[in-house]
Amino acid sequence: MYHQAVFDEPIILDLKGRRTIKIPLENQKFRVDIPETMKRGSAGIGDREEFSVIRHYVKLSEMNFGADSGFYPLGSCTMKYNPKINDEIAVLEGFRMIHPLQDSNDVQGALKLLYELAESLKIITGMDEMTLQPLAGAGGEFTGLSIVRAYFECAKQLDTRREVVVPDSAHGSNPASSHMAGFDVVQIPSAPDGTVDIEKFKEAVTEKTAAFMITNPNTLGIFEDKILEMANYAHSKGALLYYDGANLNGIMTKTTPAKMGFDIVHLNLHKTFSTPHGGGGPGAGPVGVVEKLKDFLPYPMITFDGDKYHDDYVPPKTIGKVASFFGNFGVLVRAWTYIKMMGEEGLRDACETAVLNSNYMRKKVQEFMSVPGKTLKKHEFVASSVGASMPKAGDIAKHLIDNGVHAPTIYFPLIVPEALMVEPTESATKAEMDLFIETVRQTLKLPHETFEKEPVNLKVTRIDDVDASKNPRPTLRMLRKEHKEQPLQQVI
Amino acid sequence: MNNDLTDLLKELKIKSPDELFADIPDAIRTKTLGLPKGMDEDEIRRVASAYAGMNKTVNQEHSFLGFGLYNHFVPAAISNVINRNEFLTAYTPYQAEISQGIMQALFEYQSLAAELFQMDAVNSSMYDVSTSLGEAARMAKIITGKDEFIVPKYLSKNKRAVLDNYARGAEIKVKEIDFDEKGMIDLERLKEALNENTSGVYVEYPNMFGIIDTNVPRVKEIIGEERIFVAGVNPISLGVLAPPGKFGADIAIGDGQVLGLGLNFGGPVVGIFATKEQYIRKMPGKIMGITKDYNGKVAFSMILQTREQHIRRERAVTNMTSNQALMAVASAVYLSLMGDSGLKKIGEINMGRTRELMDIVREFDVTMPYDGSPVFNEFLIRLKESKTFVCRIAKKFNLVPGYALGKNYGYNDRNQTNIVVNVTERNTNDDFNAYKEFLREVA
Repeated sequence: MYHQAVFDEPIILDLKGRRTIKIPLENQKFRVDIPETMKRGSAGIGDREEFSVIRHYVKLSEMNFGADSGFYPLGSCTMKYNPKINDEIAVLEGFRMIHPLQDSNDVQGALKLLYELAESLKIITGMDEMTLQPLAGAGGEFTGLSIVRAYFECAKQLDTRREVVVPDSAHGSNPASSHMAGFDVVQIPSAPDGTVDIEKFKEAVTEKTAAFMITNPNTLGIFEDKILEMANYAHSKGALLYYDGANLNGIMTKTTPAKMGFDIVHLNLHKTFSTPHGGGGPGAGPVGVVEKLKDFLPYPMITFDGDKYHDDYVPPKTIGKVASFFGNFGVLVRAWTYIKMMGEEGLRDACETAVLNSNYMRKKVQEFMSVPGKTLKKHEFVASSVGASMPKAGDIAKHLIDNGVHAPTIYFPLIVPEALMVEPTESATKAEMDLFIETVRQTLKLPHETFEKEPVNLKVTRIDDVDASKNPRPTLRMLRKEHKEQPLQQVI
Repeated sequence: MNNDLTDLLKELKIKSPDELFADIPDAIRTKTLGLPKGMDEDEIRRVASAYAGMNKTVNQEHSFLGFGLYNHFVPAAISNVINRNEFLTAYTPYQAEISQGIMQALFEYQSLAAELFQMDAVNSSMYDVSTSLGEAARMAKIITGKDEFIVPKYLSKNKRAVLDNYARGAEIKVKEIDFDEKGMIDLERLKEALNENTSGVYVEYPNMFGIIDTNVPRVKEIIGEERIFVAGVNPISLGVLAPPGKFGADIAIGDGQVLGLGLNFGGPVVGIFATKEQYIRKMPGKIMGITKDYNGKVAFSMILQTREQHIRRERAVTNMTSNQALMAVASAVYLSLMGDSGLKKIGEINMGRTRELMDIVREFDVTMPYDGSPVFNEFLIRLKESKTFVCRIAKKFNLVPGYALGKNYGYNDRNQTNIVVNVTERNTNDDFNAYKEFLREVA
């Protein structure tokens, strides 16, 4: 029986005490001459002891669930195990205590590591050049689409190529990134088998198309087997092909985006390459491109002259920068470690096991729930809880978390009603997957009223998200504007 | 293959997992990629340590290098908290009830930053300060419908190059205004630069030269209610410097790297992004809110998700999905540990030590172009030697004297070298002595 820890922890600002942490040079007196208008009294956050801070956050962490807590089949997020050696390597003093503006001679080890990581990712994707600068997957998308923009600007076609074509099953960030890079979004419907409707695709991709953007396997976990035909068609219209690498774990080592005809690829190192996601980030979203797009990559690119590594190469038609420095270095070190440890065999095994797990679960879930699209899946599948007697996807999710199993992604992709998007990854035992399957199966037998009360084994029960957004209170400051010093429980 | 996998294969009636890839056409299948064999933990430790050993850390030299990334003291408690597995290995909290811990921690980060900035609302983090600036320019356009955004001429190229990229996609024109003779935003030029297309203005304090810009309090009244004032701050200065909320900032941004994140070769850092209550619905990024569950218990929820890409797709306020949540938690831990007294203290130490080094510089024939203007923990010096010469001498004393501004900042580095010097609480008297020795040879 699963029970999450339950503490009524105050907001840290309300934990008041005295400061125990010592600051360097704390006891010296200093001359401070701040102009009157620029002076401040107090920061207004109170003081407290280190032990109070630690006790507080330990309790909060116990009211949370990570991939180390249990099975975490969150679709499209690839919540695989994050090897602990990665974290150890990332905090070596030689990596932790260096500054990106140091002379490149003094940071050869860091540059070598970044160079090698980019080289490995080039091999895995088949791309000709790779930047590690984008700070997350969506940051990678924006980088890639900025390259598309610059490419067509350079070719004097930007005035006519205003469109990015995406399938209706695409991640929401695809259309959002396209819009941010200045493109109009054209959405195309999927065929009944869950892949792109090739006729609709051909109607949509024209001389107005700047790029066709797709993830493969797609968000239904289905491999788009007509990808070459689509690539050739898009190229014949002068458009570029963009690969959203969110689902790379489903094909890694079996094929590459280059083989499929893609021109631009972004990867999510926090998914495929095992870097911990930290409750929302940091991630890393490297972008690879084919030869003809190399000159548009962000600067600086790290280069190697056979003897030394350099960090000052500015590609001639660069889009500029997409982050302050070299990217999320701490994340990049972890991904480098992962790839070094896995080697090609390890990566193949990860992909095969992930796909095996996913198909096993799909087969079991299909016994009692519909799984749209082609039968054979890659790393994930989407079940649809439709039918008069079926519980809602949201209810199933709450029943799962109440039993110590993280829920799948729900209500996505938008094209599947009552969607449950399940991605077991390679980090799951048969027992864990069976527990998930049985827990979901159970919900079909439970009276629907049961769900209204769930979850009961967690810190809180269901939350009215609509109300929380109607009356947004993102800070204690805003809450206390209305309600001064009253206890929280009374004013929420 | 272990028993588990054999069972699965049997269940699927296949012999090898490779059969599950039959839907990938042969024409695009790869046999081998050519990656090397995997290592064990002991081997990777050896290799990684060798790479790490090829780097010279800031602890192995006298470093006065800042310019957007600062060598501050990092309390041990921070890594302890962010390495808690339940935080470290969680995804974005899409299932709120099982993720209350991280959601409360992020709400606390938002609340702490809101007090520090004296702003109503803070999101649960951006990638870094440069992307925050890009998003702020976009947000100013979304709010006003106008497309000219004004920035200082002297702005770190890291920020500017990122901003320009965001601006191109959003069709925003970025205009520059120069500093006055004190190294502060020129208010007369600001007035002249404003027109009916101006969406907003970005001004920072301390600015690129470390100067505490005393013209900042007048910016909002000059640009008016209808335009967006984006203030850039160094969060660690806000224990002693007046917060952006006091000056009527509509949006305030800063890099939380200074709040206990360390250097890490420039990342991960965290972009702090704050705004006024009236603009919350135009703010990018994920936002945690305090609310209650159906039993009336205090609970945390990811609010205003209809602004976001997974719901609104191309009409979303930003494309952001992942952010820097764990780094936001790290800076919340830092702020909690330091508290009011610690932040005040660390601000004073940074200012005080910076002045001590400035006094040393004054002993030599060295120009400080904006000497007399108040600074926080960075200042500009001008040496009459070439950058090559200056670097050679600095090396001799195992010193990094600061960040040399070269041609891309409009400075000639053959006849003179302009250096932005950063001093923090981590700089020792030994570091100062090395600086003195260095100046004796270059000045």
